[in-house]
Amino acid sequence: MTDALGRTRGVLVLGGTSEIGLAIARALVGRGARHVWLAGRDEAAMHAAAEALRPAEVHTRPFDALDPASHSPAIDAAFAAGGVDVVVLAFAVLDDQRTYEANPASGAAAASTNFTGGVSAGLHAAQALAAQGHGTLVVLSSVAASRPRRSNYVYGAAKAGLDFFARGLAEALRGTGARVLVVRPGFVRTRMTAGLRPLPFATTPEAVADDVVGALDRGASVAWSPSLVRWVAFALRVMPAALLRRLDRRR
Amino acid sequence: MIPHPDWRVLHGWGGTAPAGARLVRTGTPEAVRTALVTAERRRVIARGLGRSYGDAAQVAGGDVLALAALTGAVRLDAEAGTVTAPSGARLGALLRLLMPRGWMLPVLPGTAHVTVGGAIAADVHGKSHHRDGSFGAHVNSLTLLTPDGTAHHLSRSEDAEAFHTTLGGMGLTGVVTEATLRLERIASTYVVARAQVTTDLDGTMHALASADAAHRWSVAWLDLTGGCASLGRGIVEHADPAPLEVLPPRALARPLAPRRARQLGVPPLPVSVVNRVTVRALNEARYALAQRAPNASIRHIEAYLFPLDVLDAWPRLYGPHGFLQYQFIVPFGAEATLHEVVRRVAAGPVPVALAVLKRFGASEGGPLSFPQRGWTLTLDLPAARPEVLGPLLDGCDDLVAAAGGRIYLAKDARMRADVVPAMYPRLAEWQAVRNRLDPEGRMTSDLDRRLNLSGRHG
Ligand SMILES: Cc1cc2nc3c(=O)[nH]c(=O)nc-3n(C[C@H](O)[C@H](O)[C@H](O)COP(=O)(O)OP(=O)(O)OC[C@H]3O[C@@H](n4cnc5c(N)ncnc54)[C@H](O)[C@@H]3O)c2cc1C
Ligand SMILES: NC(=O)c1ccc[n+]([C@@H]2O[C@H](COP(=O)([O-])OP(=O)(O)OC[C@H]3O[C@@H](n4cnc5c(N)ncnc54)[C@H](OP(=O)(O)O)[C@@H]3O)[C@@H](O)[C@H]2O)c1
Repeated sequence: MTDALGRTRGVLVLGGTSEIGLAIARALVGRGARHVWLAGRDEAAMHAAAEALRPAEVHTRPFDALDPASHSPAIDAAFAAGGVDVVVLAFAVLDDQRTYEANPASGAAAASTNFTGGVSAGLHAAQALAAQGHGTLVVLSSVAASRPRRSNYVYGAAKAGLDFFARGLAEALRGTGARVLVVRPGFVRTRMTAGLRPLPFATTPEAVADDVVGALDRGASVAWSPSLVRWVAFALRVMPAALLRRLDRRR
Repeated sequence: MIPHPDWRVLHGWGGTAPAGARLVRTGTPEAVRTALVTAERRRVIARGLGRSYGDAAQVAGGDVLALAALTGAVRLDAEAGTVTAPSGARLGALLRLLMPRGWMLPVLPGTAHVTVGGAIAADVHGKSHHRDGSFGAHVNSLTLLTPDGTAHHLSRSEDAEAFHTTLGGMGLTGVVTEATLRLERIASTYVVARAQVTTDLDGTMHALASADAAHRWSVAWLDLTGGCASLGRGIVEHADPAPLEVLPPRALARPLAPRRARQLGVPPLPVSVVNRVTVRALNEARYALAQRAPNASIRHIEAYLFPLDVLDAWPRLYGPHGFLQYQFIVPFGAEATLHEVVRRVAAGPVPVALAVLKRFGASEGGPLSFPQRGWTLTLDLPAARPEVLGPLLDGCDDLVAAAGGRIYLAKDARMRADVVPAMYPRLAEWQAVRNRLDPEGRMTSDLDRRLNLSGRHG
């Protein structure tokens, strides 16, 4: 259980090689977490990540967002041991928008990972959290979910769906003792964004992790990271379409 | 997604670390037995009135038995000077019955809203500990239901080991359904209270030590908001039962009357109103008032013993994030540790909303009881700035443990498991008896899981 000062005992990262997910796990280990479960596709990479999570005990589980049958075993295994206080839904893929347009099947696969996989894993995790009566599901949404854009609407649409889903799930969990935290990062320098031109207020996985821990402490239901991107998102939403197009063309 | 119709989100008096669990209404011993037996492999813990500050009376995802519902007939045995009460009886309700008949419970905590079961499980203490020991010292016998549904009648002569393991056992040995408590005779429900203002921590400690020798009740309130020189200045209060001769006419007309309780409510507040400015102002006001107040006053014993009970739901003043109560004891001789903890916490990231110092005397207690001879300091702190407050209190725990002291489990919501064995040296002995009473380890709480008291959550 999380104690009165937010010391967690166990963390489960779905998408166990995600740079942001691992940074959150590290931050929680720094705050006393003793167990980390990494669930993902790349066993070797998860093992390699374990080093940086010391002194916590690290366990790995096979998990593929595209294979819903793998979700429940991975999640249940972590919960069976008891004391998963935070579940981070971190997996996602981001490819070039033109690739999706050229190959619609790749767009559908991305949507399956980013949205459908999130629904399946999110529901499983929420049920496990509700049954144990405590804990927080951290869902990594994105500022990209704020408004459809020429440059990333397939990714953005899935994130918007995931964000919507997560907020609904938060309502469903009311009264159970478990909660949802929706995190909306701006541009984070990770391998996902490698090669892309950084947007204003670009940040790091570590800074996002700090913001997530702060939001967990406050019991917040939504966190923007950095907090300023909340206003970027607001600007994006109210901006005239013509201006937004001009911006997108310049990128 | 609510797992069960009886699911509730529970937390302790501090409002931190909420947990969802099934809240099972247990209004009779039979209902308790049924709940225990049908819980099968689920985790179970008893809950009284939820006045423990942390996570002792909850078990996330398990079954929490609502023992405050177990009330009913109370038997007063005037010859033996005892009362036998169901464990859900509120101490305040018992007083209402006992006082008009000239009887009183010798040990009362700082609130009347505590059940008999909760008082036994935490082996609570009062302002008279230096004289009377803790609550458990006045328990003659009790009935304990273990998770297999067996009722055990326990006393100092019937399975004394299990009896003492249950006193201060934080509900982890089973469910107490009934207890027989030793009473004391009273002539009136009034006390003569005296207050003395002090100018620094040493002065407060001296005044408290000399008050102890002479008076039935004693306690000191500390101001920890001032600078170095005045840190720990305070008001030492002591009191004794009021003889009839000193009562004013109105009190003398009905010397055994219980107090007419009037409670003020606090609405839920979106933010904390406990901050440096308000805490400082309140401390200044309180100190200034005490300087001017007359030296002695006649007060109703309930007003004297339960000062906070005039405000209902007062933790709401701390806003939605709640607060911590940090209560520790260090043996006499470890005054340096007391000073150091005061210095650290006073310089810490959050204001000390309330600080109360008391001296404990010898105590019978159980292996897991908190009281031991020494100084006990209680600090109320907003549960804020966890990244700073957490390590600060961890450091204080280490100092306390090194000095041979301990943290009060009924107040704790944040301690680390690794310091517990040093603080409670009789833990292994306690575990052995506990395991005999509950071999499957079904009785457990979030406190137990966090601190691994039962030794089953390593
Ligand atoms: C304003 C205030 C002042 C206080 N002052 C003092 C004080 O001066 N001295 C002091 O010692 N404490 C003090 N306390 C703490 C309080 O007395 C204890 O925490 C007490 O245990 C609370 O009793 P409860 O009925 O609310 O029990 P809960 O808080 O509901 O439960 C406390 C523990 O008792 C167990 N328990 C409850 N009922 C049973 C049962 N029937 N059988 C077995 N186990 C049971 C629970 O499992 C749990 O471990 C104070 C609390 C408040 C809010
Ligand atoms: N970086 C940003 O700027 C940014 C901004 C806003 C939001 N986010 C969100 O933050 C989250 C973490 O991103 P990140 O920056 O940490 O990127 P990352 O390091 O690339 O992490 C993405 C993770 O998703 C995993 N994954 C992809 N497909 C999967 C599948 N089918 N099954 C299981 N795992 C799969 C990847 O695992 P493999 O190693 O197996 O590929 C990888 O660990 C994502 O949800 C992302 O959308 C990122």
